[in-house]
Amino acid sequence: MNLLNEWAFIGVFVAIAWVFPALPVVLSAFVRPRKPNAIKMQTYECGVETVGDTWVQFKVQYYIYGLVFLVFDVEMVFLFPWALAYNQLNFFAFGAGLVFIFLLTDALIYAWRRNALEWA
Amino acid sequence: MQECIDIFNTFAGCLTASGADPGLAQFLSILLGVVLVAMGPLVIVIFLIWVERKYAARVQDRLGPNRVGPFGLLQTFADALKLITKEDITPAGADKLIYNLAPIISVVSVILIWAVVPISPLHIGADLSIGALYFVAVGSIGTLAIMMAGWSSNNKYALLGAFRVVAQLVSYEVPLVFSLLVPVMFAGTMSMQGIVEAQLGMWFIVFSPLAALIFFISTQAETGRAPFDLIEAESELVAGYNIEYSGMKFGLFFAGEFLHVFTNALIFAILFTGGWLGPFVYQVPALGIIYLFAKGSIFYLLSLHLRNTLPRIRIDQLMSFNWKFLVPVSIANLILVAFLWKVIQLIGLLPGPENASDFLAHLPAAIIMLVGNLALTVVVLQMLRNVGRRAVAANAVSTPANAELDDQPYSLPVPH
Amino acid sequence: MEFNIHSIVFLIFSVITLGGGLGTVTSRNLIHGAVYLIVSLFGVAGLFILLSAPFLAAIQVLVYIGAIAILIIFAVMLTRSMTRMTEIYNRQWSLSLVVSALLFVLLLVGIILPVWGPGTANAALQPSELVATTVDLGVAFVDGNQFVLPFEVASLLLTAAMIGAIVIARDRD
Repeated sequence: MNLLNEWAFIGVFVAIAWVFPALPVVLSAFVRPRKPNAIKMQTYECGVETVGDTWVQFKVQYYIYGLVFLVFDVEMVFLFPWALAYNQLNFFAFGAGLVFIFLLTDALIYAWRRNALEWA
Repeated sequence: MQECIDIFNTFAGCLTASGADPGLAQFLSILLGVVLVAMGPLVIVIFLIWVERKYAARVQDRLGPNRVGPFGLLQTFADALKLITKEDITPAGADKLIYNLAPIISVVSVILIWAVVPISPLHIGADLSIGALYFVAVGSIGTLAIMMAGWSSNNKYALLGAFRVVAQLVSYEVPLVFSLLVPVMFAGTMSMQGIVEAQLGMWFIVFSPLAALIFFISTQAETGRAPFDLIEAESELVAGYNIEYSGMKFGLFFAGEFLHVFTNALIFAILFTGGWLGPFVYQVPALGIIYLFAKGSIFYLLSLHLRNTLPRIRIDQLMSFNWKFLVPVSIANLILVAFLWKVIQLIGLLPGPENASDFLAHLPAAIIMLVGNLALTVVVLQMLRNVGRRAVAANAVSTPANAELDDQPYSLPVPH
Repeated sequence: MEFNIHSIVFLIFSVITLGGGLGTVTSRNLIHGAVYLIVSLFGVAGLFILLSAPFLAAIQVLVYIGAIAILIIFAVMLTRSMTRMTEIYNRQWSLSLVVSALLFVLLLVGIILPVWGPGTANAALQPSELVATTVDLGVAFVDGNQFVLPFEVASLLLTAAMIGAIVIARDRD
C-alpha cells in the first residue's frame, strides 16, 4: 500500500467513524419521551436556583498551564524527528539534542522558581 | 493469480480479478476495513463495561451485575436499552449544537486511535508513517470534546470540571509524549507496525522500564482514572463536565472512557511489550490478535485495580506531581536513554539487522539499559526522600503546639 | 484542469478551511468562533496530507488544535461578555485591514506570481521526485552543516516565549 492509500483509509475512517456513536443517539430520539418543562430544564446547582451567569471570568492559572504546555508541545515537534533519526546519527547529534532539551529545562526551572506551576 | 484467502488484505485484488473496476474495488476494500475497525471497539466496549463493573464489585466485596444473562453478561444490553428509552434533557440556555456534538466527538476521538492499532503482522487499519504521533494528535481531540461539553452545558460545575480536566489532560500529555519518544528512538520509526517489529529480539519495556512506567501513569491520568479521577470528583464538582448530560449522551461519555482505558492498554502493549509478537505469530497471523489482546488485558486489569484501590489526590497535588515530578523525570530519562543507546551503538553491543530476532544478542545492551534505568530510579527516589524529610521537618517546626497530634495523622484539630 | 479524486478531496478541504475561517471572523459568539477556527485548522491538516506531508498534518492537529485552540478557549474565558459580542469590528479594524492587504500582496508577489503567473513554464508545477521524510528532517536538524543552529535557536526562542508569558501573566507578584 502506498502513502496516499493509507491516508485514504484515515479519510474514510474520519468520515464514517462518527456514524456508529451517533446511531444510538439518533435512535433514542425516536423512542424516548419528550416532556420538557421550565423547572426540569433548569441547570443543576446544589438544589437551589442558579445564581448569576455561568460564563464568568476564569482564573489566569489555567492559562499559564496552557502556555507551559504549548511550549513543551512545540518542543516535542522538534524532538520527534530527532528521535526518529537518532539511530543513524553520530554522537554530535546526542549533544545537539542535549543542548536543545537543556535550554527547555531552563524554562521549566524558571517557571518552577517563579511559582508559576503552583495551583493557587 | 490472486489468492483470496485473507479477505482483509486481498479484497481489492479479488474484486478486480472478478471483473470489478480497480478504483471501485479499492474504495470498497477501504470501506470494508473502515467499518470493521470502527465497529470493533464498539463491540468490545459492551464487554468492557461488564468487566469493569464486575471487577469493581469484586474489589468492594459485592457481586456486581449477575441477573441478566449468564454471570450478568447481558447487563450492558439492558443498560443500553434503558439509556436509549430515557428522556434526554438539554438544559435551558445550553449551546445546543455543541452540547449534542460533544459526546459523539468524545467517542470518535477514541475510535480513531484504532485505525493505527496493529492487531497482527498483516492486519492494521492504516500503517501510517507517523502512527505514534497520530495517537497523540487524535488523543488531543478528546480534550476538545470535554471542553465543548463543559462549556455548552451552561452549568457552573460542568464548566469548572471541564477547565480542571483540560488543565489535567494537557499537563499529563507532556510526560506522555516524552516517554513515547523513547520507543520511537529505539525503533527509529513512528509506524506502529515498525515499532512492534523492532521489538522482535527484546521488548522495549526491558530497555527502559522507567519510560514504560511514566507512560502508564500518564495514560491513567489521560483517561481520568483514580488516583487522577478529578474528572468525576463527585464530592467537589458533583460530576464534572458531564453533569447535565442524561440518557444515551451520558452513556456515550462513559462508553468512550471505558474504551479509552482499554485502547491505552493496547497502545502500551504495542509500544513497550511487543504488541502482537509471540511464538509462531508469523506462521499463523491470527495468533497475533490473541497475543495483543492478552497483553493489553493485563495492563487493562492493572489499570482497573489501581482505579479501584487508590484514593483520589487533590488538584494541586495532581499538578505538582506532573510538573515537578513526572516531567523532570521523563526529561532526565530521555537524556539518559539517548546517551546509553548511543554508547551501546558506538561500542557495537547492539545486534545488527541480521540477528534482530535473537534474544541473547540483545542481552548485553538490555542489561546496560536496565542498570542505567535502575540507577536513575534510585537517584530520583533518594531525592524524593530528602524532599519529604525536609517537608516533615519544616512542618514539625512550624506547628510545635500540635506536635503530639502527629501520632494520629488523621485527627481533627481539637477545639479550645 | 485535470479532474480526479485528488482535486475533489482538495476542493472539500479547501471549502472546510475557508468556510471555517469565514465562520471564525463573522461569529458573534467567541466560543463559536474558536470552534470554527478548529474546523478550519482541520481543513489545513487535510491539505498537508494531500501534499504528502503527514508529519506536518499531525503537528497541525497536535499543536494547533490540541494546544493553541485550547489556549484560545482559555483566553476567551478570561475575557468578559464572550458570548454576546455587540460588534464584530473593533477600533483596530483599519490597521488590520492594511496589514492583511500587505500580507496578500506579499503572497501574490512572492509565491503566486512566480509559480502561476505569466511567463512561468508549466513544467515548474511538477512536484519534485525527491521525497524528504521525517527522518531526513531529523538528520538535517542536528547536522553541523545544515540546521543545527536554527534548531538550538528554536529552543532558545521557546524558552524566551515561556519566560515572557510567565512574566506577563504573573505580574502581580
